[in-house]
Amino acid sequence: MSEPICLLEAVNLALARSLQDDPEVILFGEDIGHNGGVFRATDGLAHRFGAHRVVDTPLAETMIAGTAVGMATQGLRPVVEIQFMGFIFPAFEQLICHAARMRHRTRGRLSCPMVLRAPFGGGIHAPEHHSESTEALLAHIPGLRVVIPSSPARAYGLLLGAIHSDDPVIFLEPKRIYRASRTLVEDNGAALPIDRCFTLREGSDLTLIGFGAMIPECLDAAEQLAERGIDCEVIDVASLNPIDYDTLLASVAKTGRAVIVHEAPGKGGVGADISAVLGEQLWGQLRAPIIRVTGLDTVMPYYRNEMHYLPGVSDILDAVNKSLEAGRDEILQATGSG
Amino acid sequence: MRDIVFKTEIALTRYLSADGKPLDTLPPWCSAAEPLTTYYRWMVLARQFDQKAIALQRTGQLGTYASSLGAEAIDVVTGHLMTPADVLVPYYRNHALQMIRGTPMHDILLYWGGDERGNSGAAMGRDLPNAVPIATQTLHAAGAAAALKYRHQPHAVVCLCGDGATSKGDFAEALNLAGVWHLPLVMIVNNNQWAISVPRHMQCAAPTLAQKALAAGIPAEQVDGNDAIALHEVIEHALVRARSGKGPSLIEALSYRLSDHTTADDASRYRAPEKLKEAWQNDPIRRLRHYLLDQGLWDDAQERACLDEAQNRVQSAVEQYLATPPEPVECMFEYLYAERPEQLSGQIDSARIRGGGSA
Repeated sequence: MSEPICLLEAVNLALARSLQDDPEVILFGEDIGHNGGVFRATDGLAHRFGAHRVVDTPLAETMIAGTAVGMATQGLRPVVEIQFMGFIFPAFEQLICHAARMRHRTRGRLSCPMVLRAPFGGGIHAPEHHSESTEALLAHIPGLRVVIPSSPARAYGLLLGAIHSDDPVIFLEPKRIYRASRTLVEDNGAALPIDRCFTLREGSDLTLIGFGAMIPECLDAAEQLAERGIDCEVIDVASLNPIDYDTLLASVAKTGRAVIVHEAPGKGGVGADISAVLGEQLWGQLRAPIIRVTGLDTVMPYYRNEMHYLPGVSDILDAVNKSLEAGRDEILQATGSG
Repeated sequence: MRDIVFKTEIALTRYLSADGKPLDTLPPWCSAAEPLTTYYRWMVLARQFDQKAIALQRTGQLGTYASSLGAEAIDVVTGHLMTPADVLVPYYRNHALQMIRGTPMHDILLYWGGDERGNSGAAMGRDLPNAVPIATQTLHAAGAAAALKYRHQPHAVVCLCGDGATSKGDFAEALNLAGVWHLPLVMIVNNNQWAISVPRHMQCAAPTLAQKALAAGIPAEQVDGNDAIALHEVIEHALVRARSGKGPSLIEALSYRLSDHTTADDASRYRAPEKLKEAWQNDPIRRLRHYLLDQGLWDDAQERACLDEAQNRVQSAVEQYLATPPEPVECMFEYLYAERPEQLSGQIDSARIRGGGSA
């Protein structure tokens, strides 16, 4: 691939590569065939690989998930699309009661090597039900892997990793950054591990932890903080279940400070879980309380007010400042110079 | 101008009266001992198993159990007409069918006895395990059928559900997809007239459940689910259709749940005793026995031997079940992912401690 591509095109590239390399891969969903998907994630794939491999379905999300489960039990690798995460709920019973359990239920005889893709998150001025981030509901379920990319290269590698996985994977695409940036992505078929965090920037003062569309915000904040001489480590969680706690714990043990950022409401969110584990494991090594910067505990507003709901760089900077101040107070108290 | 653009009818196939008397000219194969005596033996076995399972539950040796009393003919005939390469997608009441497909009887007891290994279906090829959430398995069946079609394999998927399942969206969505994608699927609705306590007439206002398939462009018919000969004819026809690329079909098998919903249920709270008494007149085992005796294909000595053999098989399965120790506690985590995440290892120790440390 000689041209730089965006995250959306990287998804398309990984899907094409999978269809090319593995005859057991089959794509289906609403409008993904001739139309190429409402975001064009499957653009050109039906034409290139045929309508039997890139298949339009009737409009029924439960059916999309349940049929994928059935297909996967027979050894195919269905990669299905739910058009927006706001429409994923009819699929929950199939994902939670069957996809997540099939290997467990049959003591390893049948498995569910399926990928369910869905665009998620706000910031694109979409109608109701088109902007939510409900990843925590899925990350809560034992047996379901939940993977979220935050760059074109990680979208390509993680989606390949998801398709190669013998477990069911929910692959959530941060649509706000579908076309945000372009980078060169080599179409080499190399998968990225879907159970690891990615340390995007090394630093010693504080760990910024996020995923999806919040990663560019975290990197931007880290850049601004660097100008003030504050050295942030930025970690893309990428896999929300299971979470690579080894990487997170090592980083926060080093920095002593953590700020966790996500778009979803804070209550019961993935940030709460990460915060709890960091607190349990690093008691005594933390230099400040762990702070979460999250969406608000209310319904995602329609788009006129969405930027009042979504966390941004200034919210991250505020949280970092709070974390640094908390530490400073303690140091001042400890040295008796306050 | 007003044209009729769609007209249809639903057929009901029945060959034998409740007393096993032919109501019509029977298919020629019915004059031979096979497969009808094999059907009969399995139906007797299914009932012996069922009675024993209930007895085990009543004496605290088995968990809640869903009886298959009254569904023996549907299960046994379906099981015998399927080939090993066909795929079974059962619900949770298809014990005899699963036994015919290769599940050991003691595995079925293990399942209802609270042991996951009983649902593993170790000998079941690509058959699906029991599905508890109602109608969800109908979509797995559509997916499995899509996989057969995608690979150009000339086999059929057979899915079973109850009358309650036909009220759910999954059922409609599965049929709809099977129609659009022309899938090799045979959907068998065991209409046993009850979804726990809700009777058939409160489930749906349509005169048949079969006609729901017509809305999906799928041929559908009713069959007397207590009539092994009628079941054989109708299911065989649907299987041949599916395997030869002619698409899906739906069979509504009319039966009667002669038991409670499960051992946790008490049907006397909602079902009049005279209804049950009346339903026993249509007992599928009695009907076939009368037919076989009338035709000289069966006799009292065979009946006694058949019963003895069934009881012995059940008894030995029960002994095997009761002698099986619980699965090691680490198996709670063993099959969750293709590879166990390291972070779950600590929880295995927690699980051992919680169990009193005995595992």
